[in-house]
Order: sequence, then C-alpha cells, then structure tokens
Amino acid sequence: MARYLVTRLLSLALSLIVASVAIFLVIEVIPGDPAAFMLGLNAEPETVAALREELGLTGSLPERYLSWIGGMLTGDFGTSYTYRVPVAELVAARLWVSLPLTLYAMVLSTLIALPVGMIAASRRGRPADLAVMGTTQLGIAVPNFWFAMLLVLIFAINLRWFSAGGFPGWETGFWPSMKALTLPAIALALPQASILARVMRSSVLETLGQDYIRTARAKGLTRRQTVIRHAFRNAMIPVMTILGLQFSFLLAGAIIIENVFFLPGLGRLIFQGITQRDLVVVESVVMLLVFAVILVTFLVDLAYAAIDPRLRRQS
Amino acid sequence: MKWPLSLLLGLALSGVFVAAALISFLWTPHDHEALNIAARMTTPNATHLLGTDHFGRDILSMIMVGARTSIAVAIVAVGIGIVAGVPLGLFAAANRGSLLDEIIMRGNDLIFAFPSLVIAILITAVFGPSAVNAIIAIGIFNIPVFARVARGAALPLWTLDYVLAARVAGKGRLRISVEHILTNIVNLLIVQGTIQFSLGILAEAALSYVSLGAQPPTPSWGRMLADSQTMISLAPHLAIFPGLAIVFTVLGLNLVGDGLRDILDPRVRRAR
Repeated sequence: MARYLVTRLLSLALSLIVASVAIFLVIEVIPGDPAAFMLGLNAEPETVAALREELGLTGSLPERYLSWIGGMLTGDFGTSYTYRVPVAELVAARLWVSLPLTLYAMVLSTLIALPVGMIAASRRGRPADLAVMGTTQLGIAVPNFWFAMLLVLIFAINLRWFSAGGFPGWETGFWPSMKALTLPAIALALPQASILARVMRSSVLETLGQDYIRTARAKGLTRRQTVIRHAFRNAMIPVMTILGLQFSFLLAGAIIIENVFFLPGLGRLIFQGITQRDLVVVESVVMLLVFAVILVTFLVDLAYAAIDPRLRRQS
Repeated sequence: MKWPLSLLLGLALSGVFVAAALISFLWTPHDHEALNIAARMTTPNATHLLGTDHFGRDILSMIMVGARTSIAVAIVAVGIGIVAGVPLGLFAAANRGSLLDEIIMRGNDLIFAFPSLVIAILITAVFGPSAVNAIIAIGIFNIPVFARVARGAALPLWTLDYVLAARVAGKGRLRISVEHILTNIVNLLIVQGTIQFSLGILAEAALSYVSLGAQPPTPSWGRMLADSQTMISLAPHLAIFPGLAIVFTVLGLNLVGDGLRDILDPRVRRAR
C-alpha cells in the first residue's frame, strides 16, 4: 500500500505541475501585453506600465511562473484588478456557495441513482426497467441549464415554492440557504443521476451473473438479500469511479447553473472576471477548480484501492 | 441484418434537425434576422409556427439556422478528435510499452483529469468568444477520447495471426496500422464519433449559453436560451422550443450511437 501511495502521490504532483504550466501558458499566449489587454484600447501608456509592474509582468517567463505558483501555494492568489482585493478573499467567499452546491447535487444524484439502478437491474426487461432506461436516456440528453430554467418556470414562477434565484447567505441560517440551493442542485443532479443509474444498473447486472451470487442463492438467501448483501457491494466499485468523475462534471456544471440562478459562486466570479478582463481572477479560479478535480480523482483512486486489494497489488 | 429500433428512432429524430439545418441554407419560413417589433413575443400561431421572440424574429427560422451552428461546431470538433486522436492511439498501440506510448497515454490521462468545460471557458476567455474557439475548445477534449478508443481496440488486434502474417510478409508497423488495424476498428470509431457528436452539441449549447460560443447575429440554441431567460415568465415558449431542439438532437444521436453499437460492435453482438 505504501508503494502504491507514493506512486499515486508522484503522479498527483506531476498532474498539478503540468496543469499549472498549461494554464499559465494559455494566459501568457494572449497576443500582446496582458496589462494592455486588461485595460482596453483607450488606456494611457503610464497606466499600462504601472499595471505591468503591479502584476509582476516585468520578469522572465519562468520567473513569472514561479512567482505565480509560489503565491498560490502560500495562499496568495494575487490581487484582483477590478475588485482591488486579494483574489483569495474573493474565492473564499464564493467557494461557500459553489462547493455546497456541488456536494448537495452529488448527494442527490447518488441517492436517486443507486436505488433506481439497482431496481432496474433486479427487474431486467420488465416495465420498471424499461421506464428507468427510457427516462435516463432522456435525462442524459437534457442540458442542465435548460432543465434549471424549466424548474424556475414551474417551481418558482408558477407554483411559487422557491425563489427564482439569489442566495441569502449562510449567516441568515442554514435552511434558507439550503432552500436557495435546492433547485440548482436538482438541475445539476438529475442529468448526472441518469448516467449514474445506468452505470449502476449495468454494474449490478454484471455482478448478478457471477458464480458467488448463484452460491448465495443456492445457500438459501432470498433474491432481495442477495442483491443487497452481495451484488450491491461489488457493483459499487465501477460506480465509485464514475462518482469521482461526476464531481468534475458537477463542479463545472455548477459554474453554468450559478448563472441561471444568480448565485454568487465561483462561476459568477469567473464570468465577471472574463467580461472585466480580470485575468488574475480567471487564472486563479481555473487553477483552483482544476486542482479540486485532480485531488478528487486522486482520493477516488485511493478509496478504490482500499476497497479492492487487487488494484494495490497490480501497481 | 435487422436494424435495431433505437437506431431507426434515433436516425429519424436527429435526421429532422440535420435536414432542418440543410434546408435553412435554401429556405426558412421567415428571414431569421428580420425584426418585427409589432409582432414580438407572439405565441405559436399560423404565421409563426413556434411564435416570435422579443424582437419579433421567427423562432422556427432561428432554430433551423441555429441547428447549422450546433451541428457544424460539433462535427468539426469530432473531426479534430479523430484526425489527431486516432493516429496517436494507433501509434501508441503499434509501439506498445515504448516511451512514446507512455507519454501519449499519460498526456491523455492528464487531459481527462481536467474539467473540460472549465478549460473551454478559459480558452474562449483568452482568445475571445467565437464559434471557431468553441470548436477548438471542444475538439481538444475529443483527442484523448479517440486516442484511447483507438489504442484500446488496436492492442488486441496486434496479437492476431493475420497481423503476424503481415509482419512476416515484411510490412512495417505504419503500413499494418493503416491497412489492417485501422480498417478493423472503424466500426468502433463510428460509434464513438456519434457519442462525441452528441456531447459536442451539449457543450456548444452550454458555451453559447454563457456567451462564449457563436456570437450574434449568428443564431445558436444556447444563446436563444440565454436571451429567453429574463422573459421566461412572460413568454415561456421562447425557452421551451430551443431547449427541445437540443434535447431531441442529442437524444436522437445517443439512440443512433446505441443502435450502431448493437450492430457494429462485435463484443455487444456476441453478448446478446
């Protein structure tokens, strides 16, 4: 296990380095001067020069990279040009919207998908299974931001159960905030739940064909006991991989969904950064999101190895 | 061979939108750019089958022209993935275990680890929002998908007798890859292409929804949805029809992909 951990940690570090270089270079290849790009066409030359100094654009390429990445490692994400506050502060405030939203959606998606996938698998070819397969086929095809708009139309505008957008802030209490995140979380969760339910179904079907399932049935366990005790646990292994991937999709999806519901999360921050040409903000938030995704993939790999000893031995 | 129901249904669904895109070059019910403030936000009626938007533009005509944008972006993005990814995958398989194979596959893993939408946002943010940049952003993430599929499908073929025979006959790795391996994995690539096509439509819609795709006046489904958002309580049909266009196209392509897999992929065929 120690060897496995070391190789995985090395590959985690390598991924992060390559990712940060890639993001840094994409920002660097902007034709012309980033400072001039940020200030627009009518900027005075002195202003541009001052901003160049402020952004640390005067050093060589490797110097600038090291100062950026060194800053990120010590929690200094630079200063936002438009907000005039440290990016770290901006990010910290918005993280408390995006992260709970992503996790909320992930919990919903899992709670829906696992039972549904299991039911479909245990009634293979019967009406329940066909209904699940049909609904999930549709669910995969629905863009989450459009589904979000439909939810607003039905539950906020017509039924008035929820507000159409906005976020009261955690300081107003837990439940009002959760309520504000509920429609966004459902919009994010359902398309992902469709994928997850299908993976769960095929995974359970695969395990149900195994010899140990027949043994369990032969020793007198009921169908239900076999599915819950044996098939479910073994079927979880491929499902976990997909769950890790879903974090990435949900986090990226949250960025889009926040725009539908006017939620003050990282997504709004990125798009404001883009329209205001605040590249320091864009660069740092993108790096942070990529870091989160790579980290989750790493943790899933570890959990995977903890569940399935065969994987540890292989590497 | 009997065609699966999903294939027929999928072809019919996605075919409607491909046909709409093609017909839109020659004819649309109305000029999709013609403003008619007097007839704005009308609900579906005999003159405007799907109603009009806040400028009085005909929704059906806009959806037809928007289909062009979506389909063109997605097809070119799949093309990028195939042209760059398949040779990489074939090359990696032909030189299995070599340093290059390792580099290609690790690079692939790395791109997979990125949240694709976030990177697409970064690319379009830096290079400016446009349909071309959306294509590049989506296309880049198709490369590792096709490289992986091509390598995975090619590896077992390299152990087969007819490849061995070709090597004994003096054919080089490159020639074998093209003449024997590629021809035998084309089916899988077609199935994967259909799936990436539908994912491309969704990605394009998301990018243009956040104003990072095709720019006005080029109509696109995602942008139509973004424009309709503030008016959703007054005119829900503005949001419903472009959304349905996306759903039906993607659903159709997914069904085609499933159906093609059933008849083209020997592994699935045997399992049935």
